Amino acid sequence: MSAAESIGRRQFRLLIVDDSNIMRRRIERSQRFEELAVVGTAGDGLEALELARRTDPDLVTMDLTMPQMDGIECISRLIAMKPSLRILVISALSDKATAVQAMEQGANGFLHKPFTDRQLNDAIAELIS
Amino acid sequence: MLREEELKTFVDGTTRYFEVAAQQPATIGSPYLLEGDVTVHDYTGVISISGKREGVVYFTAPRAMLTVLLMKMQESDFSHENMRDLVGEVTNTISGNARKDFGHDFVISVPSVLTGEKLQIPHKAGMRSFVIPINWRSHSAKLVVSLT
Repeated sequence: MSAAESIGRRQFRLLIVDDSNIMRRRIERSQRFEELAVVGTAGDGLEALELARRTDPDLVTMDLTMPQMDGIECISRLIAMKPSLRILVISALSDKATAVQAMEQGANGFLHKPFTDRQLNDAIAELIS
Repeated sequence: MLREEELKTFVDGTTRYFEVAAQQPATIGSPYLLEGDVTVHDYTGVISISGKREGVVYFTAPRAMLTVLLMKMQESDFSHENMRDLVGEVTNTISGNARKDFGHDFVISVPSVLTGEKLQIPHKAGMRSFVIPINWRSHSAKLVVSLT
């Protein structure tokens, strides 16, 4: 049992989606919230859907440019599966139209790469709150 | 055709990458027009561009530089696979950031990686290629931007 669970706080289940191993580890390492438990990591949209079915996450960090299935389509499918899912897009795509498109599909936040640990933690804190 | 002033977005993206991801600024040299071949380093990330513009963005770097970059990112895995992953991610990040100026129709591919092979610079009507020199710590790398 985690510290958060032992004192009765809710623990959020986090799925990390990015086609870079380095980025997945970076996100996993940077999050310092007791309220978070990483339930899986996926390297593309199709793998993310499969993992989401098996692990039932509450939160997802989502890259956009990925093989097999990109992040925008994956967001749309994940939200169709679980409308209450909260999704933070973490992507290098820096145009406004992409952020708007992601939000329209159901994303709740957008963090641009490259990012600092503090920016990541602030973005996740906002997602949890 | 790629204009000199459009290179600023790639220079800014490269500067930001090293400042934020590597926590240590790089020195970016003056971009120059590429005529002929370009010398590549050990690993080269490749992003194909389609949509409103066509072309390729390359980031080529020596293994020693990528090793230090990985260390700065608290990575302890310096395998061939991790080098490929990193060089692809750097290229993807700089190219993706360029959409801030080039817009949504500047479509970037997923990264592919070359290891030591000679670059095949595409030759299309109206395409120009520029090299942006990058110096970071004691290492040198290059960003090559070839766009219509």
